[in-house]
Amino acid sequence: MEVLVILVPLALGLGLAGLLGFLWSLKSGQYDDLEGAAWRAIADDEPPSPDHPIS
Amino acid sequence: MQATRDFSHYVKDLGSGLSHMDLAVEGVSCAGCMSKIERGLSAIPDVTLARVNLTDRRIALEWKRGNLDPSRFIDRLAELGYKAYPFETVRAEAVEAENSRFLLRCLGVAAFATMNVMMLSVPVWSGNVSDMIPEQRDFFHWLSALIALPAAAYAGQPFFRSAFRALRSRNVNMDVPISIGVTLALAMSVVETFRHAEHAYFDAAIMLLTFLLVGRYLDQSMRLKTRAVAGNLAALKAETATKFAGDDEVSEVPVAAIHPGDIVLLRPGERCAVDGTVIEGRSEIDQSLITGETLYAPAEQGTAVYAGSLNISGTLRVRVSAASEGTVLAEITRLLDNALQARSRYVQLADRASRLYAPVVHATALLTMLGWVLAGATWHDAVITAIAVLIITCPCALGLAIPTVQTVASGAMFRAGVLLNSGDSIERLAEVDRIIFDKTGTLTLPELDVVNSASVPGDVFDLAGRLALASHHPVAAAVARASNAKSPLAGIVEEPGQGVRGFIDGEEVRLGRPSFCNADELAKEILSLDPEVSAVAFSRGRARYVFAVRQRLRPDAQAVVSALLARGIMVEILSGDREPAVQAAAQSLGISEWRAGVTAADKIARIEDLKQQGFKVMMIGDGLNDAPSLAAAHVSMSPISAAHLSQATADLVFLGKPLAPVVAAIDFSRKALHLMRQNLWLAVGYNLLAVPIAIVGFVTPLIAAVAMSGSSLLVMLNALRARRAARGRS
Repeated sequence: MEVLVILVPLALGLGLAGLLGFLWSLKSGQYDDLEGAAWRAIADDEPPSPDHPIS
Repeated sequence: MQATRDFSHYVKDLGSGLSHMDLAVEGVSCAGCMSKIERGLSAIPDVTLARVNLTDRRIALEWKRGNLDPSRFIDRLAELGYKAYPFETVRAEAVEAENSRFLLRCLGVAAFATMNVMMLSVPVWSGNVSDMIPEQRDFFHWLSALIALPAAAYAGQPFFRSAFRALRSRNVNMDVPISIGVTLALAMSVVETFRHAEHAYFDAAIMLLTFLLVGRYLDQSMRLKTRAVAGNLAALKAETATKFAGDDEVSEVPVAAIHPGDIVLLRPGERCAVDGTVIEGRSEIDQSLITGETLYAPAEQGTAVYAGSLNISGTLRVRVSAASEGTVLAEITRLLDNALQARSRYVQLADRASRLYAPVVHATALLTMLGWVLAGATWHDAVITAIAVLIITCPCALGLAIPTVQTVASGAMFRAGVLLNSGDSIERLAEVDRIIFDKTGTLTLPELDVVNSASVPGDVFDLAGRLALASHHPVAAAVARASNAKSPLAGIVEEPGQGVRGFIDGEEVRLGRPSFCNADELAKEILSLDPEVSAVAFSRGRARYVFAVRQRLRPDAQAVVSALLARGIMVEILSGDREPAVQAAAQSLGISEWRAGVTAADKIARIEDLKQQGFKVMMIGDGLNDAPSLAAAHVSMSPISAAHLSQATADLVFLGKPLAPVVAAIDFSRKALHLMRQNLWLAVGYNLLAVPIAIVGFVTPLIAAVAMSGSSLLVMLNALRARRAARGRS
């Protein structure tokens, strides 16, 4: 059962990473426009113009 | 005197040389619009960000400060075919948005904690029946505690706070049993873990929080969505005023930027956005939105005008007495305050359920403990069993029973053209058995319409419509609208108070008062048939025609009234308008009960009277004078064209020309109430099954987990049925 020494911290770490990822996505406004996000995924990419590089 | 548009009120300075503005847009519905708008706006030099929010129908814009005029964005969008209006987030919406983010954060924390605790619990559950050694089990329990305790402390905040508030005001709400259950479950689990016991309930407690947070979040996002739509509509109504910046210099500014003492210009055909006194000019004003009276009132120096009045014939200068916020007659404000206080006495279904529920559950737990002690069990075992009862009865399904149905039903109503201002209005709407309609603007369309278009030749009608485009008079505007005229004629002269005239192919054309066009005889003929119409005459050379213009009933008003009667709902009209007009409308709709010439106070008295008789009254009205009665009624509804205050007071707002959304809203709400009750019974039924198991002491964490998620899923699935309205149910 020594494997627990690795597995338990690993499991906790992964869980924590998932949670932090979620909080980050929330904070960066990714849930503000769920309808728009659904469409953006299938929209054509526009060629970046020299004045307005896509950031 | 061309007014410049001034958007500085809406532009926010972000620092570092960037400016920000939000726009609400009409007609954005798909991905194509989204990329078209974003590309179109990004192409303007100096724009650094143009992002469409498809959910809220808004655009966020950022640009380098300098020589870029914000009105260019509006013009650019107009070129692309979208109407856009500057938009200011109201405080109420910002608060809702913040709440909803907080709930989502809590939900995220609780959900991740649940997943991880479950990962630790499943081995314990299976280990308990096989070969797990006690040390390993304890270790897993401690790990669960490490995850569950901080997560519950954070994610439980919405419930703990609300329960604390309720207790402090000596009340009980659903959050009290939830908080007690969760806290006890966690505390007992810690104690049991210390004692190396076989069972701990960390998983049950955190899972409970997760499910309940789902319900809360759904509830909150429904409210947020309604607020967002209401905010957009407020922006689309574009309440601006033309303000004098200098003696001869005017600029168009949002109403929020107008202060008492400012002088605004009110041109013919414009709706006044502020309260004030006329200081110069002479005109007629239409105050139907304020009093319901459709006859025009004269306005001259010294006349008080109120927000919502429509200026008909002349240009007025108005000194603002109170802007934006305090734009109502003192009387209406006072009535409204009284009525709103009375409204808050309504107890929501969920609270009524929890008032019954909490004492029963806590008494059961206490009796269980005493029973076990009397039966000879140790105090420890008795307490454990009692806590198990509390955990298993923790109102998980009960907490989801109502918000899930409300969310689904409000989505369905939204698609039918009805917006909810308050979440609990669904319950109240379902109980309605009497509807009071206001006439002007509610049963009738808010705009005037030509009623005798069939008796005028098509080419004459088209020409009259093009001529009418040159006038700002609302009656002329009705002719222009009815004829679908798009291209105005050139060289038209407006004779103030008379009409417009010009030449076409060498012949003189006139549109205006019958006397202006020498058509008095024809006009008399039309007026004798229907005294309610406004006659507007058109002449070309010697030919004379007269259009009859009046407020028209909504196209489906009659069908709606009979649909309401078929559902066992009584209908009556209370209007501030004159008797003949109200009588005519009542007769054509088949409504036997109507009153004309009533004031705001009379309307409230009538509603109170009906309440005394035990009726659940719904008020549907749009005028400023309806606002207090909207608040006094059991539930209320306004058309989207209603006065600002009425719309804010009404529980529901319906969109568009037809009146059908009223019936749809009633059908959906009846179905929703039915499902809410059904859900509550499902939750109770689950408790009836689970509580005996808990009382005899057989509840293991596994049983608690299965029972809780099972009942929650059942309730959520049942709620989905609220999407379809119960047709014909009464």
